[in-house]
Formats: sequence, structure tokens, C-alpha cells
Amino acid sequence: MDWAHFTPWSALLGGVLIGLATGLTLLLNGKIAGISGVLGRILRPQEDDSFWRLSFLVGLALGGALTVSLVPGAGAMVFPKTGGLLGILVAGVLVGFGTRYGGGCTSGHGVCGISRASKGGAAATVTFMVVAGLVVFATRVLVSGGAS
Amino acid sequence: MKQLLYVMPGALFGAGLVLSGMTNPAKVIGFLDVAGGQWDPSLAFVMAGAIAVFGVMNQLIHRRSEPLMKGKLPGQWSDTGVTTQGLVGAAVFGLGWGLSGICPGPAIASLASGHVEIFVYITGLLMGMVVAQQVFDVDAPKSADSGDFQERLGDPVAS
Repeated sequence: MDWAHFTPWSALLGGVLIGLATGLTLLLNGKIAGISGVLGRILRPQEDDSFWRLSFLVGLALGGALTVSLVPGAGAMVFPKTGGLLGILVAGVLVGFGTRYGGGCTSGHGVCGISRASKGGAAATVTFMVVAGLVVFATRVLVSGGAS
Repeated sequence: MKQLLYVMPGALFGAGLVLSGMTNPAKVIGFLDVAGGQWDPSLAFVMAGAIAVFGVMNQLIHRRSEPLMKGKLPGQWSDTGVTTQGLVGAAVFGLGWGLSGICPGPAIASLASGHVEIFVYITGLLMGMVVAQQVFDVDAPKSADSGDFQERLGDPVAS
């Protein structure tokens, strides 16, 4: 296990804030804070709620930026090198397609779905976790011959 | 003023993502790298914490009949079942997530970071969403004309 990078307390704190934010979104606006849906339904609106969606996403970016600037050590970002920028673009397309086709992402299915006893959400979460894990494993094997 | 109440939960969400480490692709990949010798299970605590808090809040909130601002509450429990489309979509999402270590929320929360990778990723994200929506008719507006159709048919009782 990677004990050097294990950060259970900040992870838990971050998760609690995410849960709280999700709850507030439901309480205030009656909306499910699944990010792929918040963004996706701006592209294809189903109701007259794009103002709420844009405001939420602006908040998301602002909250992220403020936290990085105010909290020492926060906001480190190390990107995978394999595949370069084209790989990241392809990954983005896959995520964009998969999250809307499947109706959710880590927040939509994982947090909201599971909390609301969604069988589809639970199944989706297991699926994307397992697939992502296999992809990471395969990438490591193919790129560095198995060394980690 | 009400705009602040739209922005604030988003900001709290973004803060949570950054503090948790979800915005660091390397940390996400370290979490997904279960079989590797350097497994970092931290992100399991993120989801656990989020579900613990939102799970309770979801119950409490549904004692109300409506949200605090305009809108409607969705049902207390999700009725989304397991479908082939859902599983396929999740698998494709997992593929992209495993390749990049980035999912939608962290990408948007990191917009101000200035990393070109984030802009490239979001470009791809939007492209992929549009393909799903336009080619596969995902996120179709609820049949807005079902009401009109009924009206055109007329009231079945009074003929």
C-alpha cells in the first residue's frame, strides 16, 4: 500500500463537504448534484434551469480555485503522461459520452445514486470502478512492463 | 441574492473535491491501481464520507414537500434500475476515467488551474456529451407534447 500518500482525513473531510454540498443542492433547489448531468443538461435542456446549472458550475470552479489559493498544499495536479494531450482528449470524449449515455458519473451514480438506493447507480458505480481499475492495470503493464 | 444560493453549494462541492484530492489525477490513478504495489485507498474515504452525509440529508430533506427555493423535490428514493445502456455507459466512462484519472466534477473545479490538460479534457467532455445526446438521443426533453396529444384526442369520456 502507498502509505506515504495515504490521506484518509483530508479525503474524509473532502467527502463530507461533497455530501453536504449535494444535500444543500437538494434542499435549496430540489436538484441532484451529479456533475455530468448538471453540465449535460445545459447542452440539452429539459427545463428552464440553465441559469441554476451555470451558477452551480461557476461555483464549482470558484470553490476549487479559492480552496487551492487559501489552503497550503492543496491543488496539486499530476497528469498521466501516457498518450499525451491526445490521450486526454480521447479520455474526455469517452467520459463525456459514457456519463451521459449511462446517465451519471462518480457524483451522480456513486454519491447521489447509492445514497438514494439506486440499483442502477450501484451497478454503474461498480462497473466504472472495475473498468477504470482494469484500465489502470493494463496501462501499467503495457507501458512499464508491470513495474509501478 | 438567490444567485448566491445557486453558487454556494457548487463552491462547497468544489472545495470538497480539492481538499479530498480528487482533483489530482495521480491520486485518482493511485486509488484505481489496486493491483499495483503502491495502492492509495484514500479516495474510498471520499465516497464513504459523501454518502454518509448525503444519505442522511436525503432522508431529512424529504420530510419536506418541496425545496426551499422554487422547484420540486425528486422522489426520496431513486427508481433507476439496472439497464444495458446504463452498464455500457458506465463502462465507457470507466475507460476514460482510468485513462486520464479525471472525471467531470474535478475537471470543472480545476478550470482556474490553467493546466492545458484540463481545457483539452473539457473540450473532449463536451464533444462526447453532444455525441451521446444528438446521435443516441440521450437527455431528450420529457415528451413535451404528450399533453397536447391528449388535448387533440379530446377528453375520452365526453365525446
